Amino acid sequence: MSVQAPPTSITTRIVRVQAFQILLVLIAIWVVFAILEGDRFATVGNMRLVAQNAAILAILGVGMTFVIITAGIDLSIGSVMVFSGVIGAKVMVAQGGDGWGTAWLGIAASVAAGLAWGLVNGVLVAKAKIPPLIVTLGTLGMALGLAQIITKGVDIREVPLVMQSKIGYGNAFGDVPMLAGIALVFLVVGGVVLHLTRFGRHTYAIGSNEEAARRVGLKVDRHLIAVYAISGGLAGVAGILSLAQFATTAIAGQSQTNLNVIAAVVIGGTSLFGGVGTIFGTVVGLFIPAVLQNGFIIVGIQPFWQQVAVGAVLIVAVYVDQLRRAAAQRGGRTNVLSRLRGRESTSNEE
Amino acid sequence: MSEQPILEARGLSRRFGHVTALDGADFDVRPGEVVALIGDNGAGKSTLVKALSGNLAVDSGEIRFDGKPVAIETPTVASGLGIETVYQDLALAPHLDPVANMFLGREVMRPGVLGALGFMDAKQMRVGAQEAFDLLGATVTDLNVPVGSMSGGQRQAIAIARAVHWANRVVFLDEPTAALGVRQTANVLDTIRRVRDHGVAVVFISHSMPHVIEVSDRVQVLRMGRRVATFETAQTSMEELVGAMTGVNGEAA
Ligand SMILES: Nc1ncnc2c1ncn2[C@@H]1O[C@H](COP(=O)(O)OP(=O)(O)O)[C@@H](O)[C@H]1O
Ligand SMILES: [Mg+2]
Repeated sequence: MSVQAPPTSITTRIVRVQAFQILLVLIAIWVVFAILEGDRFATVGNMRLVAQNAAILAILGVGMTFVIITAGIDLSIGSVMVFSGVIGAKVMVAQGGDGWGTAWLGIAASVAAGLAWGLVNGVLVAKAKIPPLIVTLGTLGMALGLAQIITKGVDIREVPLVMQSKIGYGNAFGDVPMLAGIALVFLVVGGVVLHLTRFGRHTYAIGSNEEAARRVGLKVDRHLIAVYAISGGLAGVAGILSLAQFATTAIAGQSQTNLNVIAAVVIGGTSLFGGVGTIFGTVVGLFIPAVLQNGFIIVGIQPFWQQVAVGAVLIVAVYVDQLRRAAAQRGGRTNVLSRLRGRESTSNEE
Repeated sequence: MSEQPILEARGLSRRFGHVTALDGADFDVRPGEVVALIGDNGAGKSTLVKALSGNLAVDSGEIRFDGKPVAIETPTVASGLGIETVYQDLALAPHLDPVANMFLGREVMRPGVLGALGFMDAKQMRVGAQEAFDLLGATVTDLNVPVGSMSGGQRQAIAIARAVHWANRVVFLDEPTAALGVRQTANVLDTIRRVRDHGVAVVFISHSMPHVIEVSDRVQVLRMGRRVATFETAQTSMEELVGAMTGVNGEAA
């Protein structure tokens, strides 16, 4: 046997991961605010608030992470979330009452509505081969338009009391808000599915090299449909949770949601080119804007600075990722050459 | 070795627009032999391999496996028959590690409920992959890094190990030594012989006539989408092979 180079140690691997580097950034931001304004920033109550505000985005982030790992994108989540919330609200109004029975009906309706939009996205992407950017830009408009048509542009504000008190501003355990608890469940399940199951493995493989995935017999189309359906279904969950939190369908309130979630996912190290990403990174990527916003308000800086800061973090994060990819490309020169050589004869594969 | 072919193509044709990649091509390979498939660039070698491995539909012609006509419509059907392929472009997922690539589409699941829920048995796949690489003498130094960050030779070794590991009837190697150094090439040629000695049919595409002569039992020559010659390797020469490829010495067999 040949002399083997020592395998990369686990610590080196962790340190190299973008999600870890970005975690250090988050910790640094947190520490700065804690030093500046510790008695108001670093409190249980304030962290509770931050977690609560990030919860719904986190649920959307799980779906978006899967989608982006397949080298796709889902711009429709904000609109689908609104549409699902409207459907959920309509069903609950029609049913009437303030109890769990009504609430569960609304939850089911909202999730089903989101799932349906996700399936539409998935089928158009996988079967009709329309680029995901276009498909989900289209359904973004359609879902929002239909939500406005259904409500005639007037927000529905009737939400069962039990939803508001138990889910919207209730606690899961101790001081942990119910919304954060629910988000945590989705994050853990999403992370486990992505990193430990065959479904997750195939998600990476398709994003990494779709043609290779097809050749080893993966059902790529079906998998992509499932991934977009998950993203839509989670937007349905987000829709009903938002209803519980704010007691309104907030039709106009989600126009930036898709971009905020995509930014978080990308900041967290998931590559828009596919094949790379973690749920953990997405969580960290979500907390950076959330903590910045909260911290700026507390220390008395105009909160608009948050958008400026997040924009800069996003660009830096992608730049770092780009550098890393370029380095990997240089390492793989032999392959690039051999592929070029192969292209003369096997160009334009099926 | 006068057995009937394990895999046989009769009169395969395939056009891409106005390009005729295969023009009534015949081909056959028997169990336990190495057939070298040679021909100029664009002769149709890769197209033939794709047609026989479920990656390309042909316009006309017949494929027989074990003497019976078969429709190899997808790579999954090919795998089911025990046919594996190392493609010219390797077809690896660059972001996945060697183990994940090795078992892609054939993941080993955890036993019991966990497996039913979709959980993979990472440890078992790791052991299996390590064995396959060792068997090949492949210098896969690190099972934890994405194959995209590895050298061309290592990637090629991984693709070959994968095909050889899963093939039990036929393995296609489309220019498997193109990115390899001398020692790695020797490893691949050794592997080809070892696989053949296990009774598997090996189809080896190469532009290197010394390698062809060294490792093959028979040589079949494609020119302009058609098989123009078949040789017993022991009874031919490089000059004769090159002549058949280019058509300079007139048509053989
Ligand atoms: N997918 C394709 N689309 C168009 N033309 C193709 C395609 N695949 C192969 N060809 C053409 O078919 C011919 C045979 O190609 P190929 O089988 O790759 O040759 P070889 O592997 O022997 O070099 C070439 O002229 C090539 O350009
Ligand atoms: Mg070729």
